[in-house]
Amino acid sequence: MANAIAQLGNRSLHVVRGLGNMAAFAASIGLAVVTPPVRPEAFVRELYKLGVLSLVIIVVCGLSVGMVLGLQGYHTLERFGAEQSLGALVGLSLIRELGPVVTALLVTGRAGSATTAEIGSMVATEQLDGLRMLSIDPVRLVVSPKALAMIVVMPLLTAIFIVCGLYGGYLVGVGLMGGDPGLYMASIRTSVDFYNDVEACLLKAGVFGVLVGLIATYRGYTSAPNAEGVSAATTSTVVMGSVVVLLADYVLTALWGV
Amino acid sequence: MPLVRNEAEIATAARGGSEARTWPGAENLHVSLQNVRMAYGERSVLKALSCGFSRGRISVILGGSGSGKSTILRLIGGLIHPQAGAVVVDGQDVTRLSERGLFGVRRKLGMLFQGGALLDSYTVFDNLALPLREQTRMSPGEIADQVHGILKEVGVTDADDLLPGQLSGGMLRRVALARALIRKPVILLCDEPFSGLDPVSIKRIEALLVGINQQYGITMIVVSHHIPSTMRMADRVLLLLANRAVEGPPERLREGADREVAEFLNEGQ
Amino acid sequence: MNRSPVRDLVVGLFVLAGIVALAYLSISIGGFTWHNHGGLKVYADFSETGDLTVRAPVVIGGVRVGEVSAITLEKDFRARVDMILDSALQLSTDTSASIVTAGMLGDRYIELQPGGEERNLKSGDKILYTEPAMILERLLGQVIYGITKGSDTQPSPSSGPKTKSGGP
Repeated sequence: MANAIAQLGNRSLHVVRGLGNMAAFAASIGLAVVTPPVRPEAFVRELYKLGVLSLVIIVVCGLSVGMVLGLQGYHTLERFGAEQSLGALVGLSLIRELGPVVTALLVTGRAGSATTAEIGSMVATEQLDGLRMLSIDPVRLVVSPKALAMIVVMPLLTAIFIVCGLYGGYLVGVGLMGGDPGLYMASIRTSVDFYNDVEACLLKAGVFGVLVGLIATYRGYTSAPNAEGVSAATTSTVVMGSVVVLLADYVLTALWGV
Repeated sequence: MPLVRNEAEIATAARGGSEARTWPGAENLHVSLQNVRMAYGERSVLKALSCGFSRGRISVILGGSGSGKSTILRLIGGLIHPQAGAVVVDGQDVTRLSERGLFGVRRKLGMLFQGGALLDSYTVFDNLALPLREQTRMSPGEIADQVHGILKEVGVTDADDLLPGQLSGGMLRRVALARALIRKPVILLCDEPFSGLDPVSIKRIEALLVGINQQYGITMIVVSHHIPSTMRMADRVLLLLANRAVEGPPERLREGADREVAEFLNEGQ
Repeated sequence: MNRSPVRDLVVGLFVLAGIVALAYLSISIGGFTWHNHGGLKVYADFSETGDLTVRAPVVIGGVRVGEVSAITLEKDFRARVDMILDSALQLSTDTSASIVTAGMLGDRYIELQPGGEERNLKSGDKILYTEPAMILERLLGQVIYGITKGSDTQPSPSSGPKTKSGGP
């Protein structure tokens, strides 16, 4: 019995130490980002890898989610004779919740895991040690452009996701169900308020970007220097990233007072 | 100045080099480990190792797998810290230094990693230019000159735009060596520079290392498992056995009374 | 580092697309404006604000001229509503403010009715004439009360028309 408790204590200390390490890691990234020299080429390259390469999945999923919302929403609203509010339903669902959350989950799976795998394989092949021996800080050269790109990319992809979703809802609500296009757009416009909804959405996307960027780079940076370690780290990024995004979503939603 | 490259010259340089050197005295130690204990979790690798590496000499570290050879290099470079003991590099104990302090000491060091450890998304040129771009104010022209100069010294030409993945094993090693030398270090650490190479490439790299040592007087600490080249190029050998470490000039160790040592050194013949 | 002008262009387009999407969501759909409604700051006391919220629009004749900036409780337990209006606006000192509902069950907002006085309100002034929010339940209660009481019922004094609040 005492052994089990000791194990629990050990585990807890392990987790706390891990959090502490991650916080220190975050601080060093933050420092690297704000102090010169600035590395625009590396940053642009990361924007491409994390953002542009995620566009296909974001657009396709955005359209799909929007269409499903349109379909489900229409059938449900029809029961109350409130079909004209379809725009509001699709718009608010996307902007308040589905946009930032689903985008973050997709990005974690695609770009987050790719980032972890890349950094992890650099650890395994001693590339980061090589940089250290050249007196170059690997956090500054390799990690911080990736983390910063993740933070910038998240709100942009979220916005694109939402616009695609709105269009998907339009395709179903107007194209398929024969609703009035003007009514759809008007319904969105009257129900969505910048301060309550869009601002909250951007805040969420930004926070998710920070969290996923931190988790993906940290897991790669601290992975065991072998193939198995990199694979475990990559899986961990997707799992931990997804869980943290959903938890943060709850916290932010509650705090924002929506 | 180009280095020797044909077979006959390689053999001469190697032999001639070893005979000309004298055995170093303690006060000439460039790098030393003092009572170092290193363990990875439960597994203890070095128990209470004290050894030294002389200025300007080629020292080779030998031992079976897992004996801690590469660990010693990593300790010298400050990449890992021991549980106990001191690691003195050119007068400074690196175990006491912060990461920033280590960056300073590492300017004197160059490390040739086993797999090269070049950045695989950068070209050969960019890999070599990186430390110069980051840490000096040299103009692009000056950087290009220095990069091409060092590449020529290690015998690599026309590889500027290649990625590390496109290089052959021997070429990769030489480019990595060039990178290790580009900041003009005084101490060169080599982790298994001959592993995975064919005999011709081994002789080439060996001649390169010996030539660099003779020309620039760089202290070299080489981890190796290749006995023949060790016998040829080492001034001193540090042999890590199961429970002890033995140090001395290679010939004396091989012909010495210690049977375990002699066996080890003869295994490679 | 491999520089590729094509890739740079693609990244630029991506960022542009993202920013355009953001702007569309914010401005076209969310109604974000840079238009600084700063300038004319007035306030009014109401006995009942209903569920009027901060940032609710202030409207004259259907046109938005400002927004509610704060709602606080005065010492006499009336609700003080602070408003920020267009600085160019010229409102006479006998302007009245009522809390109106958009539709039956919609959001509350403030409607201003300009008066005829020559002098205008300045920043920091109080709007003297106010009409409180209509609470649907109370209205229904009155109706039911009126019906059950019979024809000679007087309306209960819980709400009334324009009341002059406090002093200037």
